[in-house]
Amino acid sequence: MRRFLYLKAQNYISNIGKRRRNQCLSEQIFSQFREWIDNRHEYAKAWKERMGNKVMGYFCTYVPEEILYAADILPVRILGSHEPPTVTEPYIFAMYCHFCRDCLAQGLRGKFNYLDGIVEGQSCLHLRQAFNGWRLHIPIDFAYYIYVPHGIQTPRAAPYYVHELAKFKHELETWTGKKITDQDLDRGIQILNRNRELMKKITEYRKADPPRLTGLEAMEMTLSSQMVDKTEHNKLLEQLLQELPNRRREGKADIRLMIIGSEDDDRVFMKNVEDLGATFVVDEHCTGTRYYWNNVKPQEDRLKAIAERYINRVPCPSKDWPELTRVQHAANLAKEYGVNGALIIQNKFCDPHGIEIPPLKDALNKVGVQTYPLEFDVTVPWGQFRTRVEAFLETLTGLEELF
Amino acid sequence: MTVTSQVKEYPSEQLKCWEQAKNLRKNYYEDYLHAHEKGGLRWAGGAWSFSSIPAGLGEDVYCVTGEPYGATIAFFKDFAAKCHDATEAAGFPRTLCAYMRNYWGSILLDKFVLTDGSVVDGYPAPDFIWQDHICCSHAKWYQLVRWLEKQRGKEVPMYSVDVSVGYPDDFAPEEDYKVNYIADQLSDGIDWLEKVSGRTYNDKLLCDAVWNEMRSTSLWAEVCSLNQAVPAPLDEKSMYSLYVLGTLMKHRPECAAFYETLRDEVKDRVKRGIAAVPLERFRVITDTQPPWGFLRIFREMEKYGAVSVGSLYTFGLIGMWQYQPDGTWIPKPLPAQKPRTREEALQAIVRWTMHKPEWAHFYQPELKTKMMESIVKQWKVNAVLLHYNRGCEGLSVHIAENRHGLIEAGIPVFPFEGNMGDERDFDLSGTMARLTAFFESTGLKKLKE
Repeated sequence: MRRFLYLKAQNYISNIGKRRRNQCLSEQIFSQFREWIDNRHEYAKAWKERMGNKVMGYFCTYVPEEILYAADILPVRILGSHEPPTVTEPYIFAMYCHFCRDCLAQGLRGKFNYLDGIVEGQSCLHLRQAFNGWRLHIPIDFAYYIYVPHGIQTPRAAPYYVHELAKFKHELETWTGKKITDQDLDRGIQILNRNRELMKKITEYRKADPPRLTGLEAMEMTLSSQMVDKTEHNKLLEQLLQELPNRRREGKADIRLMIIGSEDDDRVFMKNVEDLGATFVVDEHCTGTRYYWNNVKPQEDRLKAIAERYINRVPCPSKDWPELTRVQHAANLAKEYGVNGALIIQNKFCDPHGIEIPPLKDALNKVGVQTYPLEFDVTVPWGQFRTRVEAFLETLTGLEELF
Repeated sequence: MTVTSQVKEYPSEQLKCWEQAKNLRKNYYEDYLHAHEKGGLRWAGGAWSFSSIPAGLGEDVYCVTGEPYGATIAFFKDFAAKCHDATEAAGFPRTLCAYMRNYWGSILLDKFVLTDGSVVDGYPAPDFIWQDHICCSHAKWYQLVRWLEKQRGKEVPMYSVDVSVGYPDDFAPEEDYKVNYIADQLSDGIDWLEKVSGRTYNDKLLCDAVWNEMRSTSLWAEVCSLNQAVPAPLDEKSMYSLYVLGTLMKHRPECAAFYETLRDEVKDRVKRGIAAVPLERFRVITDTQPPWGFLRIFREMEKYGAVSVGSLYTFGLIGMWQYQPDGTWIPKPLPAQKPRTREEALQAIVRWTMHKPEWAHFYQPELKTKMMESIVKQWKVNAVLLHYNRGCEGLSVHIAENRHGLIEAGIPVFPFEGNMGDERDFDLSGTMARLTAFFESTGLKKLKE
């Protein structure tokens, strides 16, 4: 018996040690994601110098990165800085979302001056203006617009999109002087699929109570994926996947929140909300799960395989009609991840997302999830938002205290 | 009234076909409202939709197009305010498309407004939705109509056609895969229409409707083209009441017939030197939809002898145009022959519509700037009034780039902010004060009070 207790104690101590090591390694990995985001421009410049290849800025996640990887081009997503984008006033009317204006502002301020090209995969009118503003006012070697279909629920969309992808591939070949073979496309597909698959697996650990990673950490994982070489990112994701089963987060279980809406890379907001005693256990953003939820299903015709992935992925609301499939997807996620409440983020002036707010609220309420809307602008008035979010969190916990 | 004596005054008279236009519009809404009483069908969709396709279901199929209905609501500001309140109370952001919010508000209030401002109880739900999608809000608008109707216990089937394939080159054939993408959706749509209506589709009616649509849109461009004359036979405020017929029923024979009558009358006005604005001495064009509740700004402009001879919006939303090799912009001539089969009709209407001038700016601001420059040159325009329209994200897209382009071309530009459908976003006195200053900076003085 004594021997048994001794072994049990040894095992316990050993597990603590393992957990600490795990804690340490996973912290390092999350810290690396954070560093990549904070130093995205330095990273891209260094990559370019190291690899001798081109770097392409893209605006929307409808850009088929698989083809860029096949062409040995590093795709980096153009995101904003959350500083007032006053420099864009002459180029984009201020009734368009702050995100598109903030993106263009980065170009006008020279933050992305290392880019060799820019590409936009047709999505909303807002980002289209950022793309065209960039094309017209910032010297760039290559600017390409892919007419990604909007009618993704029609069977006609995928065959049409194959034509568009073939044109894009051809333009890249002409620009780089390098033929993109089927093997190249396979490599591109494999890198992207692996990245998405790993992030999706890691997301599973957000189901735990408490979740093995915070909403902020999850956001930083995805954002960094959009900024760095995915082969490097995949290595860290693989390690993280090994570490997460043993990762324990201190403290009591928080309120389980979901965050839903347009593009959102506001890390400060995520942290501030999570500091109030909540954890974002899942999201529905193009800077979150929507980016990696669906993989390319390989088939003989590579471009067809890629086209079908982008047609069948969790859609941006701008393409999601006549059925409201994203709304249902969000409700399913909420259920699956044991969500107590959802913050619906509306980037001011974003029509596609704004239109869906009442149906989204309705769908979430039907699965027992309360919602709270917040309108985001370029800067977030945290003082005011804090009071509102706290009040919302109280409504999610108040009943228990009463009874 | 005092008029400065040395300014030339042109003869002016009211359009003879004015009442006919008013009646066509009035009957249009009433026909939709009473369609079921006559055993007919009602459909809803945008003014941009391929309205000639549902025409193949029969001659008793009536529609209400969304944008003109949203504009009608906007004109009646009290009712519009109630619509805005209703949509905001339902949880929609107030920054969304103003027409769309007006339209949803009408459903939420369960009221329907007619062209004379009378409000009818009970929103007449459509039997089906037939829409297209180029702007972020187009298909989403009707997706939500469908959702709102569902909340009221009615299932409304919806079909929408994606047309976001870019703008074709003026002097090269349209790319077949793009044409086929749209035409195939229309073909699928015909099968869908048969299914949801339970009717057999009539290809002959389709061919007629397609041909009517081509005639209407080419004829309207001819009418606009006649406004190159000095003095302008039409002013833009009047043109709004005329082009609207094309936004309501471009596929109907009565629309094509009316535009023929109108074209002949305007031709005659040009021949006789009849002016829309007797004191015309300064010609402007505007851009995007006007703030509908404040059309009196056009009357204020007339006091300076300024006439708006149109806009790319009034010319190109319904009118079809094409560039000549010498760079002039002319009404698009009809194809050599009327389509005879379903396939021919679908191909023809897609190839025709792809050149819609109001599609161009969605992709490249330079295309719109070029068209506006052509209008300035050919219509002898002195300045451009750019309406930065908070109510329409589709037509305001790239407007700041257009401002740059026009200024670079040496054209005086007056930008002003407003909203076509939500009066809360328009400052009439502020805008008029700035416009006055702009006119005075060009040397214009007020001619009458």
